[in-house]
Amino acid sequence: MNPTNYLYLSALLFSIGAVGVIVRRNAIVVFMCIELMLNAANLAFVTFARMNGNLEGQVIAFFTMVVAACEVVVGLAIIVSIYRSRRSASVDDASLLSR
Amino acid sequence: MTGEVILFWALAPLTVLAALGMLLVKKAVHSAILLAFVMIALAVFYLVQDAPFLGVVQIVVYTGAVMMLFLFILMLVGVDSSDSLVENIKGLRGVAIFTSLAFAATLTSLIARATTGRDPVGLELANGEGNVQGLAGLIFGEYVWAFEIISALLITAALGAMVLAHTQKSPEARLSQRVRSTARFRGESIGTAAGLPGSGVFARHNAVDVPALLPDGTPSDLSISNLLAQRGDVQETKRYSLEGLPKLDGEDKK
Amino acid sequence: MTSSNLVYFVALPLFSSALLMLLGRKADKWGHVFATLVSASTFFIGVFEFLAMRDRAVEMRAVTQKLFTWISVGDFQVDAALLLDQLSISFVLLITGVGTLIHVYSITYMSHDRDRRRFFAYLNFFIASMLLLVLGDSYLNLYVGWEGVGLASYLLIGFWNQKPEYATAAKKAFVMNRVGDFGLSIAIMIAFATFGSVSFAGIEEKVGGASETALTAMGLMLLLAATGKSAQFPLQAWLGDAMAGPTPVSALIHAATMVTAGVYLITRSNFVFDAAPNAQLAVVIIGVITLLFGAIIGTAKDDIKKALAASTMSQIGYMILATGFGPAGYAFAIMHLLTHGFFKAGMFLGAGSVMHGMSDEVNMRRYGGLAKFMPITTITFGLGYLAIIGVPPFAGYYSKDKIIETAFNAGGLQGIIFGGAALLGAIITAFYMTRVMLLTFFGNKRWADDAHPHESPFLMWAPMAVLAVGSVASGYLLYSGKAFVTWLAPVVDKHKHEHVEFLPPIVVSILAVTAVVIGVSIALLKYRGEQASEAPSDVNIFTRAARRDLLQDDANEFMFMRPGQKLTSALLATDEKVIDGTVRGVGATMLGSARGMRKLQSGYVRNYALLILIGALLILGTIWVVTL
Repeated sequence: MNPTNYLYLSALLFSIGAVGVIVRRNAIVVFMCIELMLNAANLAFVTFARMNGNLEGQVIAFFTMVVAACEVVVGLAIIVSIYRSRRSASVDDASLLSR
Repeated sequence: MTGEVILFWALAPLTVLAALGMLLVKKAVHSAILLAFVMIALAVFYLVQDAPFLGVVQIVVYTGAVMMLFLFILMLVGVDSSDSLVENIKGLRGVAIFTSLAFAATLTSLIARATTGRDPVGLELANGEGNVQGLAGLIFGEYVWAFEIISALLITAALGAMVLAHTQKSPEARLSQRVRSTARFRGESIGTAAGLPGSGVFARHNAVDVPALLPDGTPSDLSISNLLAQRGDVQETKRYSLEGLPKLDGEDKK
Repeated sequence: MTSSNLVYFVALPLFSSALLMLLGRKADKWGHVFATLVSASTFFIGVFEFLAMRDRAVEMRAVTQKLFTWISVGDFQVDAALLLDQLSISFVLLITGVGTLIHVYSITYMSHDRDRRRFFAYLNFFIASMLLLVLGDSYLNLYVGWEGVGLASYLLIGFWNQKPEYATAAKKAFVMNRVGDFGLSIAIMIAFATFGSVSFAGIEEKVGGASETALTAMGLMLLLAATGKSAQFPLQAWLGDAMAGPTPVSALIHAATMVTAGVYLITRSNFVFDAAPNAQLAVVIIGVITLLFGAIIGTAKDDIKKALAASTMSQIGYMILATGFGPAGYAFAIMHLLTHGFFKAGMFLGAGSVMHGMSDEVNMRRYGGLAKFMPITTITFGLGYLAIIGVPPFAGYYSKDKIIETAFNAGGLQGIIFGGAALLGAIITAFYMTRVMLLTFFGNKRWADDAHPHESPFLMWAPMAVLAVGSVASGYLLYSGKAFVTWLAPVVDKHKHEHVEFLPPIVVSILAVTAVVIGVSIALLKYRGEQASEAPSDVNIFTRAARRDLLQDDANEFMFMRPGQKLTSALLATDEKVIDGTVRGVGATMLGSARGMRKLQSGYVRNYALLILIGALLILGTIWVVTL
């Protein structure tokens, strides 16, 4: 079948993840939506590897996974420390930079 | 009708539904589970697309490690932390949905334009020696520099997480037992000297989730673990209160 | 011929004025005496120059002195230079002579004023400017003096500017003068464009080659300047209000000298007017209108100074009328100017003396019967009165009679109209001057309760006496043997025009004397008996109009002031609403857009995330569009 379908699927998942980042207020759920976006991108890379006939897409996907893992680690640590001091995990609470 | 097609058309809608569900459910834990489902589905897609190494790594690293990490943090932060459905920034939802729909549409159109008339080359040649060998050849060959940098990143991330999550030992933990004991007896009220009341005391049932009753029959909040209270798993004490009991003959109730 | 004395005419009074202004209060004790001595010294220099001029041959009488090169730009060369010829010397003697007498008078008249020194400084400044005006050898040099006397007039009319009405009167005089000055500027520009030069000698050489249109235009512009400075119709409304200044100022500036500058200008420009008959006709018409205008106003004024001011306006009308008749009339105009200087200044000083004795009361209805108490004033004023109405052999008879004769000699219908108007003016002049005499010095006493009229001190009546002598004698001296006409001829009558006689001179004299008798009789009939101390209010419409200066202020207001005010408020509104509105609008737009943009900084992370997504969408959209 045409691997382009995977690309469409990837675009759709990416958009869903984008909406999730904006709409949800719980910090952890926002993070999960970001993970969804990263995964969608990975799917696209793997599909491109298949379409172009070399493995470089997969290499990039692999590196992306590593970076995503690091990012999750650090991000969640930040969330935990914010939660400890503020007792709230809502993204809207960090609005001190408003006018 | 190859197997791939069937697989795709069976799994892809489920993936999309799971992603939407992850977006829409109230409880964060449910979102995490749905995301795990999405990741496993993607692993299957990788496997189908001649990327076995990546598929396994996806399950091991992402689903196994990253999502577990998410669940652990959820547990620490609060399993019941849920968002209210009411949006407090006006118009945000509408604009966001519209924008991302437009984004998806534009992206789809661009993809369609870019890929029409191009046949996939397939990975038979690249995977000639095996997928892992091919990948290894690239990672340790052409992209070794990126590989080294990413490993440095990993180490930095681990260090960063340690630093961020580190807490000082609480002041109470540093006190010696003698000090703590005297503080307990000379504290504000002697009532806490003996420790918190146990669950189910004077109640008709002494499970962990039944609160103890005070002398006037009201339940005591101190006897139930906070976690259970947050989770809403505390039993009602009315079932076990003294008022509901049938009167004994000739006896005055106190 | 050149002389090196001319500069002192201007420099000495100017220096004295500056000294008195700069030294301030330190000069209060001696300032007035110093100023008077300086003025007297210019008179002596004038006499000296006059005698020297008389001893010279006719061709050599004019002397010049170049001070420095003023403007030297390409083809435009103007020197700051002075010219003293027969016309200038007449004016110089008048200005310095009458001026010095008035300086002497002011020593006493202004003795109670703590700003007397400043008054004398201004008087000297006026003398310097007026001398520069009559001594300038080009229109531009004349203009400097012209402006200077305008300034001096403003300063002196508004001398007591603690009273807002006086300050406003000064402003009114200055502004109306300015309209005339505009005419002079245009005339100078026309002169330069047509002749390439602005000096009198330079223009006189080239007059023959210029077009009549240019000459008529220049003549009309000069006429406009003259009407402004000499208070002729249509720029005459300021003269009555100028009486707000102290009486010596009225005597010097608004009777004898500054207001005669217009006559000087036209006479000096005789070569232009003689070549532009239409401009001359305009001059004559203006003269006739003004002489009747002033006379009518003068009949209804109760303020003695304003009555004399109206009389001045009318007499200058006679002079302007005379200058409009070309070489036949210039000499008589100047002669009348000189005699008028004597008797009008004398009468103004007399009025000042009366005011001084009646505690500054100016309303003639509150005078009456003063002859017994102020004999010297009565006699000097009376001699001036006889001169102005034209009783022979006093001064006015000779000069005014000649003007009437010249008017008739213009010939044809024009001559009869102008001559008839001049005669009518003589009747009215006799009437209102007799009225002034009767109301002031004779009749019943209508004083206020605290009035105690007394004769003025010596320093005040001595100048009046000298001027009275002039009123008596000057006419005969100037006229006998055609002395003055011959004297002035080299300046105004170079080509020896033939003078036509329409009526024999004796007929004109009889007509003139008859006019005087008629006027005096009417006045005697009306004002001989008991007079009320308040002006009667049930008067006919002509009197009412005359009391309102023949509605001159109303006309000016309607035609110029109100439209000017409306224009100013329209411009102000435009400035405020349109221009300021635009500027403020720009500011408000910036503020509004800033306020709008501030909302972007909501502090919510999710908003920022949305913005990122929108940015990504825009980039995708651009790629989509570009790769179409």
